[in-house]
Amino acid sequence: MIGANGAGKSTLLRTVAGLHRPVAGTIQLDGSDITHLPAHRRVAAGIVMVPEGRRLFPSLSLEENLKLGSTRSRSGAWDLDRVYQLFPWMAERRGGPTVHLSGGEQQAVAIGRALMANPRILLLDELSLGLAPAVVQRLYDMLPALLATGMSILLVEQDVTQALRVSDWAHCLLEGRIMLSGRPRDLALTEVEAAYFGLSKRAVGGGG
Amino acid sequence: MTDTSAMAGRQRVTRSKRSAAWGAVVGVVVVAALFSLPYLVYANVTGVLVNLFILVSLATMWNLLAGYAGLISVGQQAYIGVGAYAVFVLAGDGISPFLAIPLAALISALVGLPASFLLLRLRREYFAIATWVVAEAFQLIVVRFDSLGGGAGAPLPGMVGLDPALRQAFTYWAALAVAVATLLGTYLLLRSRLGLDLTAMRDNEVGARSVGVRVGQAKRIVFLVAAAGAGAAGAVLVISQLFVQPTAVFTVQWSAYMIFVALIGGLGSIEGPIVGTVIFFFLQQTLADRGAWYLIVLGAVAVLMAMWVPRGLWGLISDRFGIRLFPVGYWLHGMNPPATGPGPKTESPQA
Amino acid sequence: MVWVNAIVQGILLGGLYALFACGLSLMFGVMRVVNLAHGDFAVLAAYLALAIITGLHVPVLWSALVVAPLFGMVGYLVQRFIIQRSLDVSPLTTLLVTFGLSIVIQNGLLEGLSANSQSLPSGSLASASFQVNNQLSIGYESVIVFAVAVVVLVCLQLFLSRARLGREVRAAADDQEAATIVGVNVRHVYGVTAAIAFATVALAGVAFGMYSSFNPAAGPQRLIFAFEAVVIGGVGSLWGTLAGGIILGLAQVLGSQVDASFGVLAGHLVFLMVLALRPSGLIPARLS
Repeated sequence: MIGANGAGKSTLLRTVAGLHRPVAGTIQLDGSDITHLPAHRRVAAGIVMVPEGRRLFPSLSLEENLKLGSTRSRSGAWDLDRVYQLFPWMAERRGGPTVHLSGGEQQAVAIGRALMANPRILLLDELSLGLAPAVVQRLYDMLPALLATGMSILLVEQDVTQALRVSDWAHCLLEGRIMLSGRPRDLALTEVEAAYFGLSKRAVGGGG
Repeated sequence: MTDTSAMAGRQRVTRSKRSAAWGAVVGVVVVAALFSLPYLVYANVTGVLVNLFILVSLATMWNLLAGYAGLISVGQQAYIGVGAYAVFVLAGDGISPFLAIPLAALISALVGLPASFLLLRLRREYFAIATWVVAEAFQLIVVRFDSLGGGAGAPLPGMVGLDPALRQAFTYWAALAVAVATLLGTYLLLRSRLGLDLTAMRDNEVGARSVGVRVGQAKRIVFLVAAAGAGAAGAVLVISQLFVQPTAVFTVQWSAYMIFVALIGGLGSIEGPIVGTVIFFFLQQTLADRGAWYLIVLGAVAVLMAMWVPRGLWGLISDRFGIRLFPVGYWLHGMNPPATGPGPKTESPQA
Repeated sequence: MVWVNAIVQGILLGGLYALFACGLSLMFGVMRVVNLAHGDFAVLAAYLALAIITGLHVPVLWSALVVAPLFGMVGYLVQRFIIQRSLDVSPLTTLLVTFGLSIVIQNGLLEGLSANSQSLPSGSLASASFQVNNQLSIGYESVIVFAVAVVVLVCLQLFLSRARLGREVRAAADDQEAATIVGVNVRHVYGVTAAIAFATVALAGVAFGMYSSFNPAAGPQRLIFAFEAVVIGGVGSLWGTLAGGIILGLAQVLGSQVDASFGVLAGHLVFLMVLALRPSGLIPARLS
């Protein structure tokens, strides 16, 4: 999901995660209505969010942060060892606090924490926020491997280029409405621009 | 995109509606009627009303602190005590206790000034308990002085010579004057620039600071005014009791009363404390002979009100009927209701 | 020598204060809730213990075993149905609601029981003491209470650092929203925190009842002392709570050595000084 500031991308993601209650409409996961399912139970249902700004727990060590991710996990391939395989540097720093880690490292821990829950759908909120381009690149390069394990990823991103590069399907939001949907390779740049900035007045009906 | 330009011309901002004019008329009539009561009824009625007026003053001041400045104090009784003892000391020096009331208010504010430097730096929970500890400390210090009556207290000098009926009438009028002064003072304060500052702070302190609101100074002024008001109430209290008793003036029970009134009547409005005090007073009078029961009922009522009716009874009435008797806010007229979903009411009082 | 005795008494009294304070510190550190009825629940526990002791003829320590878990359950329910509800409205509502609860409890006790002071009969414990030398004797009771306080703090520390639920408590304390999205049931966790706090407050109440006499109106003073201990020692650190309790105990006992009625005031003055000079307390909490 791409869109300008204030378009509603993060709000939508947080509503899917269960942090906001929708005023109208429903959320359905594989056909079952989860609109009224409390946020902490959605994790067990397979919806796991990596929040904007990382939001690691300062009182917990790196490993404790990861372990917390499996509080309500589904069974699956992801466990502590597998996360340490994905991010080898973490194993050495497992007992230490997370506050001194760099932004990119914190983001990795946040992703690892989410993976521990064996998500069906991983919600990534503004992965690139506050990170250097090289770091962002490395994180994005990791995504195809995650997708290959069978999970779906719903990505909210300000960096349009990165987002379109890695995704199979893109939605562009403006003021809470989906203005444009489609495969990135089918969308012309001008189309995306128009939808992003609201230059065309037509909203896509019933999209997403 | 929304089209704001066409809407702008049709809107007006006013400070009060018709209900405020009615409020003013009713207010004057009520005060005049109350003023004449000593000529009409016996002293036991006016005696009861003295307590009501003291409560109204205290509740109004507490509401100023908590509802407008966001400072929850469980220690205003400190200044009730200071005011009471100030009158006691001044009366001992020959000044008429009645004339001492404004002096007591001033002294309370002066005592509150150094306390404010300690207290206002604290965050909410610390502030609440610290104010209580300060009150306890004041009490413990005062009882060490036998010249102030020590632990048992002492009778108030300067009242013996007066004819009882006259004394009771003066006490009544003093109480009425203090209540009117606190209400009027709060009203004028809130209508002034300070009131706007307080509303801004209440909504968003950082935002208020960034537009130049002197947050620290605003809080300090409110704190001192509240101390002065409590001091005046304490002065009236000691005059009506004819006796200064440390446990009576410094007890945390006063804070309990103020909190109950605020919860019943509603915080953040001037009318709320009046409504709350009247109801509280009524409950107190009717249940008084049931011993501790009225406090149990009151406590339970307060707990339930806090959870289910957080804006108090006046908040309910005000929201439902759009009434504001004391015009301290701003009314926005002429705004179109939005097309979908919840939004601002057509006429919405801001603040 | 009298001063040494006073110092020892002060330190041991600190154990009682630490027991009072740890529940308050826990609830404040995790949920930002100051339970103004904290002291009153302790007094309620003391009365319940008294009823159990006189009704069932069990020794005082056994009554603690009954009262503490019972209050734990009460704490869970109070948290989930009353305090959580007021937290949802606004933080200031919580202060007001717990204040209302305090009044209800105090006056309920006053109505239902007498206003007379009571004390928990602790039998042989009450007068037993270690005789260190001619001038210094240490009561068994105070040592037991201090030991209980230390044990409780150690258990709490272990719970928070090792147990899975303890980890969830720390996470919820750090960031409620982030905890929710990793699957922590924050409301339940808050309930557990309150349950622990109430259980410790019940223990504190029983200890207090052994130490001295109590009456329905004794709650608010206990709350003030508990809060003073928490602030002096620093919020968020359990060992700080012990340190704070000890310092408060010392201040009060040494103060009353100077002048019989100066004790409590001395404690208040130390508290206000700490607030003035160092609001984060003496042992600051870890980064959070």
